[in-house]
Amino acid sequence: MNGVHDLGGKHGFGPIQREANEPAFHAEWEKAVLVMNLIGMVKRIYNIDEFRHAIERMGQQRYLDTSYYEHWLASVETLLVEKGVIKREELEARTNHFEANPTEPLPDRKDPELLARVMNVVRKGMAEKSEPDPAPRFKPGDAVITRNWQPRGHTRLPGYARGHRGRIHLFHGVYILPDAHAHGRGRCPEPLYSVSFESGELWGDAAEPKARVHIDLWESYLQPAEKT
Amino acid sequence: MGSHHSEPEPWVVHRVRALESLLIEKGLLSTEVVDKVVQTYEKDVGPMNGARAVARAWTDPAYKQRLLADGTAALAELGISGRGGGDKMVVIENTPAVHNMVVCTLCSCYPWIVLGLPPVWYKAPAYRSRAVLEPRVVLGEFGVELSSDTEIRIWDSSAEIRYMVLPRRPEGTEGLSEPELAALVTRDAMIGVALVQAPAPTR
Repeated sequence: MNGVHDLGGKHGFGPIQREANEPAFHAEWEKAVLVMNLIGMVKRIYNIDEFRHAIERMGQQRYLDTSYYEHWLASVETLLVEKGVIKREELEARTNHFEANPTEPLPDRKDPELLARVMNVVRKGMAEKSEPDPAPRFKPGDAVITRNWQPRGHTRLPGYARGHRGRIHLFHGVYILPDAHAHGRGRCPEPLYSVSFESGELWGDAAEPKARVHIDLWESYLQPAEKT
Repeated sequence: MGSHHSEPEPWVVHRVRALESLLIEKGLLSTEVVDKVVQTYEKDVGPMNGARAVARAWTDPAYKQRLLADGTAALAELGISGRGGGDKMVVIENTPAVHNMVVCTLCSCYPWIVLGLPPVWYKAPAYRSRAVLEPRVVLGEFGVELSSDTEIRIWDSSAEIRYMVLPRRPEGTEGLSEPELAALVTRDAMIGVALVQAPAPTR
């Protein structure tokens, strides 16, 4: 999707704003959002590709006007509604309720099994391992050209890297294709490569000298290129 | 507005409480889970993990080889694992010839298992838009000036591979122990937007 989330190479965002001794969280509500999203994935209500795509769908203007954890919140509530876990109307009603009763405590509930399951993922991860097939079509050193396509759905081929020549740097293994997985079209595992691009290939005269960009790209994003 | 004093809480606070309360009722959440997970990310997961691996690599050439060959396995040797390592950790080495830096232009992918939760600047549009286009200017804002002979490689984390930079060991640190070395290694150095500095002489 050609959304504003696809930020590589955009101008006008100003200098990088750093915060000294930055805390892990800037507000209590951010903590709950992080954990609710974790649970959404641990419980397999949705997957990480659906999660990312729901951020991309949150509205272009709103994306730029909101913070990281507001992006997460938008995605979590969208997916919980779409997956039928909660109803939009009950969420709105409950929000109004807490707005009117801001000191009302949250319901208390102990759930040792959920706690153990979530902490296990926090400590050990829930990574999807590389799959054995299909065999990679390219090998390190091969010249490739990225597709110049404009998918309306989710993709991990950044806009700035479309239609450009690069070289296979590494073969990472065979991984779930986000373009399919974000849309309920299954895992569709494909070989994944680190592809190396000369800065000048991507940015023309604006490129800085002696710079390369390495991007992780799935095989269907790539076509063989003639060696030059 | 139920608050009688100070400023009313922003809408997002009520929204999140609404979502939390609904999930608790539906058996999908408990406040204890929130507390325990947050505690882990605030106390146990952070740049000190990555720094341990860096210090080990600086002092143990065989470990360094393993770390560069298979980051996931070499980090697990030190007990470093968990969510946020993506599917695979790749460690990339800075040398006099090549300087590496990591970004995620499409979202905010970050190697949580070695660095903890990302700082706001890493997730914000300025860094994500500029790191791939003008890395030397960006590094300059972080106070890093590289020789014009040094190649810069920017790693755009567009998949479930997570990258950590193995920074160069600063000169004048030959006598330091592994924990002393680890204490020099910063989060930013492992993202690739800082160099590791030798400690100032004490006398």
